[in-house]
Amino acid sequence: MDFQLTEDQQALKSGVRELLEGRFGGEALRAAVGPGDASGSEVPSLDRNLWRELGDAGFFSLRVPEAQGGVGLALPEAVLAFEEAGRVLLPGPLVATFLAARDVAGAAQGVTVVTAPYGGLVPWLDAADVAQGDVSGAVPLRSVDPLTPLHRVSASTPSSAPSSREGSEGGAEADLLLAAEQLGSAARTCEMAVQYARERTQFGQPIGAFQAVKHLCAQMLVRAEVARVAVYAAAVTGDVLEIAGAKLLADEAAVRNARDCLQVHGGMGFTWEADVHLHLKRAWVRAGLGQSAARAEEELAAAL
Amino acid sequence: MDLTYTQEEESFRAGLREWLARTLPQLPARPDPLDWPGRRAYDMGWQRRLYDAGYAGLHWPVDAGGRGATPTQHLIFLEETEKAGAPYVGANFVGLLHAGPTIASEGTPGQRARWLPPVLRGDEVWCQGFSEPDAGSDLASLRTRAWRDGDDYVVSGSKIWTSHAEVADWCELLVRTTPVSEDVPKHRGITWLAMPMDAPGITVRPLRTLAGSTEFAEMFLDEVRVPVANRVGAENDGWRVTMVTLSYERGTAFVGEVVACRRVLGELAREARKNGRWDDAVLRRRLGRLGAEFGALWRLTQWNVSESQRAGTGVPGIGGSVFKLRYSHARQELYEAAGEVLGAGALDLDHEWTLDRLSSLSYTIAAGTSQIQQNIVAERILGLPKGR
Repeated sequence: MDFQLTEDQQALKSGVRELLEGRFGGEALRAAVGPGDASGSEVPSLDRNLWRELGDAGFFSLRVPEAQGGVGLALPEAVLAFEEAGRVLLPGPLVATFLAARDVAGAAQGVTVVTAPYGGLVPWLDAADVAQGDVSGAVPLRSVDPLTPLHRVSASTPSSAPSSREGSEGGAEADLLLAAEQLGSAARTCEMAVQYARERTQFGQPIGAFQAVKHLCAQMLVRAEVARVAVYAAAVTGDVLEIAGAKLLADEAAVRNARDCLQVHGGMGFTWEADVHLHLKRAWVRAGLGQSAARAEEELAAAL
Repeated sequence: MDLTYTQEEESFRAGLREWLARTLPQLPARPDPLDWPGRRAYDMGWQRRLYDAGYAGLHWPVDAGGRGATPTQHLIFLEETEKAGAPYVGANFVGLLHAGPTIASEGTPGQRARWLPPVLRGDEVWCQGFSEPDAGSDLASLRTRAWRDGDDYVVSGSKIWTSHAEVADWCELLVRTTPVSEDVPKHRGITWLAMPMDAPGITVRPLRTLAGSTEFAEMFLDEVRVPVANRVGAENDGWRVTMVTLSYERGTAFVGEVVACRRVLGELAREARKNGRWDDAVLRRRLGRLGAEFGALWRLTQWNVSESQRAGTGVPGIGGSVFKLRYSHARQELYEAAGEVLGAGALDLDHEWTLDRLSSLSYTIAAGTSQIQQNIVAERILGLPKGR
């Protein structure tokens, strides 16, 4: 047993981080989000160039066998890449396109954008070239996340996934990749809070010297680290129950950490300029896209 | 990331399982949990069996009498013994997990030869004389004094929360050998001594816990003479020596307990299905969530063990604080849920889970309160400034 990243995995992770920070760093994120005026009605457009660059870098073909032109890596590596995507809040239907890379022409190259209904919601439906699964009667809603346009599909569609993925590994795999993004976001908001707590002074000292703020930050780290081992272990075993647990803990870590990060930022945290709200809103969306906490808890209980 | 065990590790596991299956039925009946002399005899009898079978001090270095097993083998040992329902380390906790590793790492060859074999054989029990009435989580503020008189230190002061003092032969004692001043900050001037518990001048007054047990005590020291030869490490270097000990406490000391909590959770679910409480969706979901929680804590354990194995130290890293913070609260949650499952049965002191529920309240206090652990995480891992 050696439950630590291998050298190759570390290299992959830092490589993806470098790529994403260079191509979709803080400024790109703010530019994509825009000024956030009160109407909030603009629907974001998908950056097709970025999508193709991701395809060229092998992001979508990570799990496609080498014989089919892919990178031929396994689920743990995919999870590390999606963690990095979550850190920078990379927009787009990443999970559906990734899962379609083997079956849908052009998906692996980032040329074809694929979406799918999941958890009763369809992200990026208008921007997608292909929708896998039943999206008939999809109704647009004004998405809380400025970088994730959403449609709702009728209640008669199962709250999980289309037939090709329903109750199957595909559904669990999508959950795990969403959980990995949540993990990246949770770790990132922890860093943001710590950085702000070191810089911001009040009463003549950095606010990070106050226990009340310290304890918020410490709990953020604990949540992120517990989610990390849950997500990584689920990626290694591929066990459906372990994935359910990982999604549960990662959803909680992403949402709670974003909220605590907002609190540490004080009034600034409540503004559009701080990136904190973007993490919170995306965390809500991802929690809504995958398996819900209630269902995960029931599944885990049934297995006790 | 590899969660499979090597063939060597698996054969170690198989051998251990076989030995446990053969040995556990031979054990005498467990003593009353509140009977510490009875528990001492029982726990040390178990230690002796481990020693005879070659499983004592598994992870200790070979030259300290151990088997020099890898952290992974130690993990397997803790997992399998707990799964099999073997006795817990119990009264031997301080000797095996605190004083022993400290002496193994910091003691002279003579000190190792004197103190380590009796710990491994289950002949001698150690207690921990660290905390004082005014120095709990702020351990460095301790005031118990020691001064040199010929070949002895003369020690006066008082200790509190001294685990197992009632039944101990030796005490790992922290004393102040140089007063705090501008030149000597409070972390300096502390010395680590092995104090024989039968020395004149020691008064032990057991403290009754809210669970009714007397697992720890107050200890009053009135000019107790401790030979200078019993000092481990240099004079005034006791803080560093102690940190060696505490890193063990926060790392692997809880491994078996995570396994135990997972087992208890399964028993809770079975009990709830039997007594009808399972129909309560809120309770059911609460148990499901605990399943995710303890599953992740087990993975965190494996993560920390792998990390220490890679570092080659065998000593767990500071991630132990992250683990302890989350685990201590999860354990309390587990027994709160047990209270819900049991209903009126939760008020019965004769129910095993009731005592466990009561004792779980100490987990967020002992070995550094959760508040202190959060400071440690914030300052030493996240690099936030010291302050208040």
